Amino acid sequence: MLRPPVPVTKYYRDEDTRKYNKTTKPIPGNDLTHQDPLRVIILIAGAFFWLLSLLLSSLVWFIAVKASNSDDPSLQRGLLIFGGIFSVLLQEVFRYAYYRILRKANEGLAAISEDESSTISVRQMAYVAGLGFGIMSGAFSMINILSDSLGPGTVGIFGDSQYYFITSALMTLAITLLHTFWGVVFFEGCEKSRWWVIGVVVALHLLVSCLSLLNPLYSGSLPPVYAIMVLMAVWAFFSAGGSLASVTQLCSRRKTDVNSS
Amino acid sequence: MGPGFAKWIITVAFCWFIQIASGNSVEQKIYVELNNTVPCVRLLNATHQMGCQSSISGNTGVLHLLETDSDLDIILNNGLHAPYMVLMDASFFNSAVMMRMKNSTRVAGVAVVIPNSSPVQGFSPHNKCPNQYTGVYSDTYGPRLADCNGTVWNPLGNGLSFEDFKFPIFSMNDDNQTAVIRKCISEHNMGVNGSAPAYPLCALQLFSHMHAVTSTATCMRRNDIQNNYSLNPETVCDPLGDFNVWAPLHPINTTAKGHKANESVVVAATRMDGRTFFWDVATGAEGTVAGIVALLAASQALKTTAEQAPPPRNILFTFFQGETFDYIGSSKMVYDMDNNNFVIDMENVHSVLEIGQVGLRRGSELWMHTDPVSRRNNISVNQEVGNILKGMTSAGAELGLSLAEPTATQALPPSSFQRFLLSRAVPGVVLADHQSAFNNKYYESVYDNADYLNVSYPPDLTLEEQLEYVTDIARALTNVSTLVARSLYLQAGGEESQLENISADSKIVTQLLYGFLIQSNNSYFRSLTNPEDKLLLEARAPQYYVGVPISANTIKPSTRIVQYLLANYLGNSTGLNQSKCQDPSGLPEESKELYSYLWVRGANGSEAAPFCVRSTVRRTLAISPAFELKQYDSRTYSTWTESRWKLIRARIFLVASHDLEMLTLGVGIAVLLLSLLVTYFLSTKAELLFAPAQESTGSAY
Repeated sequence: MLRPPVPVTKYYRDEDTRKYNKTTKPIPGNDLTHQDPLRVIILIAGAFFWLLSLLLSSLVWFIAVKASNSDDPSLQRGLLIFGGIFSVLLQEVFRYAYYRILRKANEGLAAISEDESSTISVRQMAYVAGLGFGIMSGAFSMINILSDSLGPGTVGIFGDSQYYFITSALMTLAITLLHTFWGVVFFEGCEKSRWWVIGVVVALHLLVSCLSLLNPLYSGSLPPVYAIMVLMAVWAFFSAGGSLASVTQLCSRRKTDVNSS
Repeated sequence: MGPGFAKWIITVAFCWFIQIASGNSVEQKIYVELNNTVPCVRLLNATHQMGCQSSISGNTGVLHLLETDSDLDIILNNGLHAPYMVLMDASFFNSAVMMRMKNSTRVAGVAVVIPNSSPVQGFSPHNKCPNQYTGVYSDTYGPRLADCNGTVWNPLGNGLSFEDFKFPIFSMNDDNQTAVIRKCISEHNMGVNGSAPAYPLCALQLFSHMHAVTSTATCMRRNDIQNNYSLNPETVCDPLGDFNVWAPLHPINTTAKGHKANESVVVAATRMDGRTFFWDVATGAEGTVAGIVALLAASQALKTTAEQAPPPRNILFTFFQGETFDYIGSSKMVYDMDNNNFVIDMENVHSVLEIGQVGLRRGSELWMHTDPVSRRNNISVNQEVGNILKGMTSAGAELGLSLAEPTATQALPPSSFQRFLLSRAVPGVVLADHQSAFNNKYYESVYDNADYLNVSYPPDLTLEEQLEYVTDIARALTNVSTLVARSLYLQAGGEESQLENISADSKIVTQLLYGFLIQSNNSYFRSLTNPEDKLLLEARAPQYYVGVPISANTIKPSTRIVQYLLANYLGNSTGLNQSKCQDPSGLPEESKELYSYLWVRGANGSEAAPFCVRSTVRRTLAISPAFELKQYDSRTYSTWTESRWKLIRARIFLVASHDLEMLTLGVGIAVLLLSLLVTYFLSTKAELLFAPAQESTGSAY
């Protein structure tokens, strides 16, 4: 059983203004210097997990394509949709698997640290893992297109839209942020055993993926995806512990700081 | 997630499992590769560079169709999207337009569409006076005839092949690929109602970066530096050259070089190469093939009579390579003769009969060109030339050909015989179909092809029937071949009574014309060449550009075909099997010094059996003596080299407006800065924004 943390508040005297100012000392037994490397490790491992899910889903899709008739375009499109949906589901499965692994690792880390409390919270792990997924997904979406955009030509000679590069970039941006927010929400849902949260995350992921199938009708895919992203941002904010009160407190704090200085 | 993402799964999966890059799909959305294009490359001689050059990362420009003069105005003066890539109709590919473009900075490159029909007024990118500086006429020898003062041989020549263009010029045929380009232009590059077209615009990128610069002397010096001091030498240019093919009628010992006692040789020569403005394209129908076919048919005609009633003098049938580029082959052979490096020397040469351009006769006229200077200075030469002319005229009269001499003071046309005269005054005649200027309107250009000679067949014939069909030009050339054979026999001292047995076979002539002008992979050529040589015969006509040897042992297909044909016409079959044919050293009645042995397939049909041909045909190196002597700035020998390059490529695509590119970049940078700010803000205020978690695994924020 571990002790809940108690932040120790200390006061120090400012010589110039002769006022007492608060400072929050770090919680005893928590070593802040261990946090950043740990977050980096979780980030990279998250990226790796996403890559694994991509590998397995692409294997399935590849076998399906090889076994099918390659001349039928509607069949190929159907296989593409199937591949996309299967990949979404597999990514969420791997996200859950990553959650379980991180929980186990967290217990292990806590056991070997000095004061039997872990150095990183599940919330931090959540957003870092989500960011890992997002970065890798973004890199895979974008690097290929970026390298071709370096040449002198742009998309369009076969009738595609000339805004291909900028819309791909916007889509990738949305997907990266969405993965981060889904990570936060997902882990929170698993922590609190709210399984409906997981279902909603999966459903939204599927929705975003299917919306991108509407391309090149960019007005049909980008605005809804951004709307979903804003919604997810708000949800993740509240899920991570934020509240309207803290936001207003922050704003008023800034105001008083501005007033006082 | 989406098709872009899923497509990346596709590409990853493909690349990972198959390890064959099947072509990046985004790249396939952007670029259309153009495959059937021919570039113009850089050639260098002792003092200049000529040809075309692109920048190392290709020349890109917005496409513009050049069909009218107003288009030319837009390209050179008014257009808003300079620099332009010009898609040019071949009617504009002339000196006036090209020189204006050469001096303009608004032209990034030119793509010439070569139509199926030739321009009626004629077109020749060669210069007006071919091989002006390496012929026999100079300030010291016939100064009034030097530099084409007396006769301009190629009046239609505009000299484009000798200009140095700073942008790439590619040629394409008017086929499906060009239709794609035209469609791209009409969809994107045509402004509405005369206004400027809107982005995105169709653009063309041409890669043809050449490594050599300035002149042969410079690039050979750089080659030497690379070879001597670099671990991985990078050659920048290569000398043009290939092989000469020759065959004496009676065998000559080839291991003993230099003067041969009691050997008097009549040299029957013609050239084997041609060129055009573009690289490795040279159909050379009138300029090259007519001469080759005439001499080959003449050799076949002479063989039987020469065996039964051998003439006192030997006849050396010679095919010179590289004559277009300042007489590479003939200068090398004369140089070897003068330095006792050849099987005979200049003293053994009795006279020369050269076959020039003989395909475009006007009626039954043929002209016998001689050198007035040597005839004036040397009585014996004049006498011998007179004999040759007399014999030829009488032989021609029997065949219905009217042979005449052009004006007594006219110079020799550009011919290999001039290189013989440079060494020694030998009597000689150049046979041609033109009295003064060439009849050939398309000298050394892409239009000098089978259609120009009217090598055409009725439409309903199969390939085999076409091969056997005797066209009019084949009949005309057969007459010329018979004339050449009979003249050679007389010149070699043979009896006049034997002349009626000598006649060329029109069936052979028409098969030769088919093989050299239409398609080299036909049953006739197959029967006369080595069946194991898969790369020799192709499904198109051979190209006669001399080129550079790709490696030490490669020889041009056209040279090898001539060698095989000459061997079959002058040689005899032996009973040797294939291994003995390759090395008959041990056998008593075979001699590698006198003969060469070639393995050929033999005719199709019931007695289809490959056999070994014993003949006197030889091949000797035809590279300019300037490279042997390392005199790279020589004025007497050919110093032509061809630059090396890494990439020759053409592709079309759309280019976006500069504004859209800047907008994309600006949005990206703005998003980056915004995200950095937000992240910094969130992370510093994290304790305030996010309440601590009520969980057993307590932690810091």
